[in-house]
Amino acid sequence: MDIVLAVQRRFGYVSDQAIDAIATGVGRHPAEIRQMVSFYAFFDREPRGRCQIRLSRTPISLMKGAGAVASAFADALGIAVGEVTSDGAFSLDWTSDLGMADQEPAALIDMRMLTDLTPAAVPSILEALRLQGNLASSTTDADHPRPTLPNESVRSRVVKRGPLLAGPTGGGTAIEAALRRSPDKVIEEITASKLRGRGGAGFPTGMKWRETRKATGTEHYVVCNADEGEPGTFKDRALLTDFADLVFDGMTIAGYAIGARQGLLYLRGEYTHLWRALETRLAARRSAGLLGDAIDGRAGFDFDIRIQLGAGAYVCGEESALLESLEGRRGTPRERPPFPTEHGYLGRPTAIDNVETFACATRIIERGASWFGGFGTPQSTGTKLMSVSGDCTVPGVYEVPFGTTLNALLDLVGATDVGYVQMSGPSGEAVAPKDFGRTLAYEDLSTGGSTMIFGEHRDVLDVALQFTRFFVDESCGWCTPCRVGTTLLAREMEKIVAGRATQSDVEAIDSLASTVARMSRCGLGQTAPNPILTTMRNFPALYEARLQPGVFMPAVELRDALRDAIDVQGREPVSPAN
Amino acid sequence: MDTPDISTPAVISVDGIEIAAAPGQSVLQACDAAGVYIPRLCYHPDLTPSGNCRVCTCTINGRSHAACVTPAMDGMVVENDTPRLTADRRVLIEMLFVEGNHTCAYCVASGDCELQALGYRLGMTAPTQPYLWPRPQIDATHPDIYLDRSRCILCSRCIQASRQEDGKSVFAFEGRGIVMRLDVDARGGLGATDMAAVDKAARVCPVACIVIKRGNYSVPNGRRRFDLAPIGSDIEAKRPTRPL
Repeated sequence: MDIVLAVQRRFGYVSDQAIDAIATGVGRHPAEIRQMVSFYAFFDREPRGRCQIRLSRTPISLMKGAGAVASAFADALGIAVGEVTSDGAFSLDWTSDLGMADQEPAALIDMRMLTDLTPAAVPSILEALRLQGNLASSTTDADHPRPTLPNESVRSRVVKRGPLLAGPTGGGTAIEAALRRSPDKVIEEITASKLRGRGGAGFPTGMKWRETRKATGTEHYVVCNADEGEPGTFKDRALLTDFADLVFDGMTIAGYAIGARQGLLYLRGEYTHLWRALETRLAARRSAGLLGDAIDGRAGFDFDIRIQLGAGAYVCGEESALLESLEGRRGTPRERPPFPTEHGYLGRPTAIDNVETFACATRIIERGASWFGGFGTPQSTGTKLMSVSGDCTVPGVYEVPFGTTLNALLDLVGATDVGYVQMSGPSGEAVAPKDFGRTLAYEDLSTGGSTMIFGEHRDVLDVALQFTRFFVDESCGWCTPCRVGTTLLAREMEKIVAGRATQSDVEAIDSLASTVARMSRCGLGQTAPNPILTTMRNFPALYEARLQPGVFMPAVELRDALRDAIDVQGREPVSPAN
Repeated sequence: MDTPDISTPAVISVDGIEIAAAPGQSVLQACDAAGVYIPRLCYHPDLTPSGNCRVCTCTINGRSHAACVTPAMDGMVVENDTPRLTADRRVLIEMLFVEGNHTCAYCVASGDCELQALGYRLGMTAPTQPYLWPRPQIDATHPDIYLDRSRCILCSRCIQASRQEDGKSVFAFEGRGIVMRLDVDARGGLGATDMAAVDKAARVCPVACIVIKRGNYSVPNGRRRFDLAPIGSDIEAKRPTRPL
């Protein structure tokens, strides 16, 4: 993975020659390398622009003006989105969610993150890029970062801190506390706190650590899932920006608890801008004796952390796909069982947890399980970091105790006239105002934290279509129901949004969506129909309003379908073609 | 998060029938041995199951699992032959039909095609989904084998066979999602690889994506495998007749 990343960075694409060279170098067949390279969105097989501009296209970015920004780039460069300028200097593309929903419109330009873009900022950005492009060959290399571009800044935007974020920002005290106990006692403490996975699935962390500890095998691994890819979420970005030591402490404690010597942090490619600072933190921790051999002076407790960058694949947030990617392959989810606790990274027992989960573990060891249980509900202890974006006054990260109602959260963020809330991203559910009294908790509205707010004036069906297309782009392609089903769902949804559907289409899409959900191999396919299913359930009137009377309508007008032939022929059909 | 215990014999219940599973057997293998047919497409008995097609998905202990990759564990309750699973499987077959160019009427594999046979077995008359109309992608560079990627159902049998049985690596996947396609290990097409017509990889394709040139009509249409008996009947023939 790192080899291909370096090739992409150096040459701007991964050529056939490069693939052959890599294959020879690592002793594999070129097709095996091509299979991996072609999986990731940020690896190009064809030369693109020397400078690659990728604009985030999400319902949130579009509501914040991404369309106008794209037009400004397109006009200034004289190309359309998806094209390369004739001199090969720039390419302009759309990309999936960049984890910047609180500061859209955002763009990834040569893996540098630009936020809060406006059409007015475009000329100065391009000018700076042209200037740096001219300098690039002589003065720039990896050790001499280029001057900052206009808008090249990411604010962490933690708006509300609770017990997790308000305390000390880590750096060893929790590790000392852990080392005062036996590994089993550490796991007992985590178990007693009833901490559950913060990525969304909610698996009890203590149980996961215990399973991993007792699994046979010489090496054990700790993996931190920082592939925060669910559209609308960005709380892990904030954690890794301002609270990285809390996370690294947690990983180290996990290493002690399960008996691992190696930790890996899988950082999504979109967050490349965080990589250097994180490496600096790791280096500082090594100097401070918090990583490396005999941590904190404890002979025999050796542990270090490596960061692996991803390359643009939502599905890698699924833990078994992440492990595949970590091992340098396509991010295709594995069959389970066996679970990572016994058959994880390199086939060894692996505890893989969300960034926020590790931060929570640090606090629990520092302050105790009963302190942690004092927040939240009996079944959902502690607090949750919510990533709030969309139609509200103050988007950002909010730490709220579990048990908080959605209404209370909406008040906190200054959201009025809310049409609906997309909870937990496209794979979650569209929550209608009648359900705003529901509580954020594993036993009610279970969430990984993504909270996208849509005002009453937004088009619910159009957003559902955009989310469905997101899954088309991100399906790994391995299994039939997800690969073909997501495309068919998008087609059918396009028909409904275009006002060319009848009641029979709604019944057909409902049935198709249920099949995709039941038959897909992993969580991506199983939840891909959710944007359609949950909006159908909660907003049936909006669907009915788009429907045509009658039993059936074709997806296309015959006259439109024949347009090319009609133009060639130079005359309209004699009889009305319908 | 139970660890599957695959070291001891197990008894599973499939649609109410008790089936003994040998250690290490998957649900599908145990059912095959007992003469209970679970519809499947990408599975091949000589290859490691890949779980691509999902046609063999059953409800196992209340949840959906592909039978080919699920180890049989004692006490499992499996639903296989239910109206809903049959309907779901039929939709999967339809998806594969509309994803590629599967024109049975003039296809060389008609009667020997597992996709076509499953369409019949599961009661698909015509796909209800819109066709995706891929462009034909024919690779005729090999003297003995031709490849029509627009008929590929991405089952990964040829990939596995080439690696496991032939000791080569002729095939791989390229791209992801709906544009994922079968790739060959040479820039010059299949003819530039070390593929040979005697390779296992040339003989495991369930459809007519990989076709050995010449001699394809030695058995005429109408007298081929699935013209004579529905797919799965060989497995069902193993079922011991039980007294009522």
